[in-house]
Amino acid sequence: MIEVKNLTKKFGKQVVFKDVNFKIENGEFVSLVGRNGAGKTTLVKILMGLEKKTSGDVIIDHKQKIGYVPQFRNIDLDYPLNIEQFIRLNLKWTMSPKQRAEDTRVVNKILKETNLIDLKDRALGLASGGEKQKAYLAQALVNMPGVLILDESTASLDVDVKIQLMDLVQELNEKSKLTVIFITHDSELTKRYTKRALLFENKTVRPMSVDEISEDMFE
Amino acid sequence: MFGYEFMQEAFIASTFIAITAGIVGVFVVSRNMSFLSHTLSEIGFAGAAFGILVGISPLAGMIIFTLVSSIAVGSLSTESSRREASISAISSLFIGLGILFLSLSSESSSYATNILFGSIVGISAKEVHQLLILALFVIVIFIICYKPLAFDSFDHIGARASGLNTRLLSVIFLITLALSVSIGAQIVGSLLVFVLLTLPGATARYLVHSVPKLLMVSVGLSLAGVWLGLYLAFVTNWPVTFFISAFEVIAYFLGLSYKNWKLSH
Repeated sequence: MIEVKNLTKKFGKQVVFKDVNFKIENGEFVSLVGRNGAGKTTLVKILMGLEKKTSGDVIIDHKQKIGYVPQFRNIDLDYPLNIEQFIRLNLKWTMSPKQRAEDTRVVNKILKETNLIDLKDRALGLASGGEKQKAYLAQALVNMPGVLILDESTASLDVDVKIQLMDLVQELNEKSKLTVIFITHDSELTKRYTKRALLFENKTVRPMSVDEISEDMFE
Repeated sequence: MFGYEFMQEAFIASTFIAITAGIVGVFVVSRNMSFLSHTLSEIGFAGAAFGILVGISPLAGMIIFTLVSSIAVGSLSTESSRREASISAISSLFIGLGILFLSLSSESSSYATNILFGSIVGISAKEVHQLLILALFVIVIFIICYKPLAFDSFDHIGARASGLNTRLLSVIFLITLALSVSIGAQIVGSLLVFVLLTLPGATARYLVHSVPKLLMVSVGLSLAGVWLGLYLAFVTNWPVTFFISAFEVIAYFLGLSYKNWKLSH
C-alpha cells in the first residue's frame, strides 16, 4: 500500500501541489491524470525518493521496490546492446553462480511475459517503437518491483501497439498482483484499463472514479 | 626484439596502457564523450609542458591538469550542447598555454615532440612502474563500479530512474578518464591518445552486442594495435604512433563496413 498524507511540494516559492492525500492499495491499477506541468512526474519522483518533498508524509509498506518506466529514453539507431543485454543492465553484479542462474531464470521469465523472447538478440536500436517500450518495461520488471510506474509509456505508439502493451501490463497486474500507476493523457486508455484515477488539478490531487473523467481534464 | 631491456619495458607499459584504454574507451563512446577525451588530451599537453616548466615530471603535470579540468567540465554543465561549446573554448586556451609553457622553459624542442607524439621506446624502468600503478588503479575502479557504471553509460535515464547516484558515477568516470588520457599519452602522445581511447571502443560497437563482449573486443583491438605497432616500429624504425593509429583506423572502417554489410543482408 502507498499512503500519501498532507504532501506539499514547492520549487522555491512556486507551489507544485499542497496538502495532497490519497491511498493506493496493493494490486491496484490507477491512472494519474491532469494537465502538463500539474505535478504528476514530480509526485512520482517523490514516491521513488528521487525528489525531496517540502512537507507531509509518504508511507510505502514493506519498503516495496518501485519500478519506473520513464517518459523519454535516448536510444538511437546505433545503440549497440541487444534487447536481453539492455534488460540485464538493471541487475545487480554478482559472483555467486546460484544468483547468476537465478538472474537468468528471472530474465527469461520476463522476456517470455513481455513477448520479447524471440527478439532478445535483436539490437535495441533497430527495434520498433512498441518493442522498445516493451524492453523498457521488461528492464523495470527485472528488479522484481511491487509497484510499477508507467510515465506516458504509450504516448508515441500506434493504437494497436498501445493496446498490446496495456493488455500486457493488465495481465501482470492481475496475475502477479503488481500495483500499477499509469501516468497518461489518454482518456480512452484510462477508462479501458484502470478503475480509479487521481486527478491533478488546482495544485492538489482528487481521487475519482474513471467514469467521471472527461477530455477537458487533459487539455 | 625482447633482447633489449628498453623494448621489454616499452612492451609491459604499453600492454597495461592498452588494457586500460580499451576498457575506458567502451564507456567514453557510450557516454558520448569522445570529444571531451580529445580535449583532455590537449589539456594534458599543457599540463606536461607546465610540468617541465616548474620542474616536476610531465606525467605529474598532465595528471594534475586533466584531473582538475575533467572535474571542472563535469560540474560546468550537464547539458551536452552547452558542454561542447564550453569545452572547445577551454581547449583552445590550453593549447595556447602549453605552447607558452614550453617556450618559457628552456628545454629542447625534443621534449615537446615526445609529449605530442609519444615516447614509449625511451621509457625508463621508474616510469614503467608509475604507469603500471596508475593503470592498475583505473582497472580496479572499473571492476568495483562495473555494474552501476555500465547501467549509467548505456542507459542514463534508466539508471537515474532506478535510483543510482549518476552524478557520483559521472565524477568517478571523469577521474578515470583523466588518468587514462595521461597514461595513454605516454605511448601515442597527447595528440593521438584519442586514437586509443575512442576507436577500439567505437569499432567494438559494430561487432558485438553485450557490455562484456564490447569490453573484450575493445581491449583486444587496443592490445593488437599497440603490440603490432611496437613490433613494426622495432623492425622499420618508423614511429610507433603511426602504426597504432593506422591499425585502429583501418579496424574501425572494417568494423563499419561489416555492420553495413550485415544490415543489407
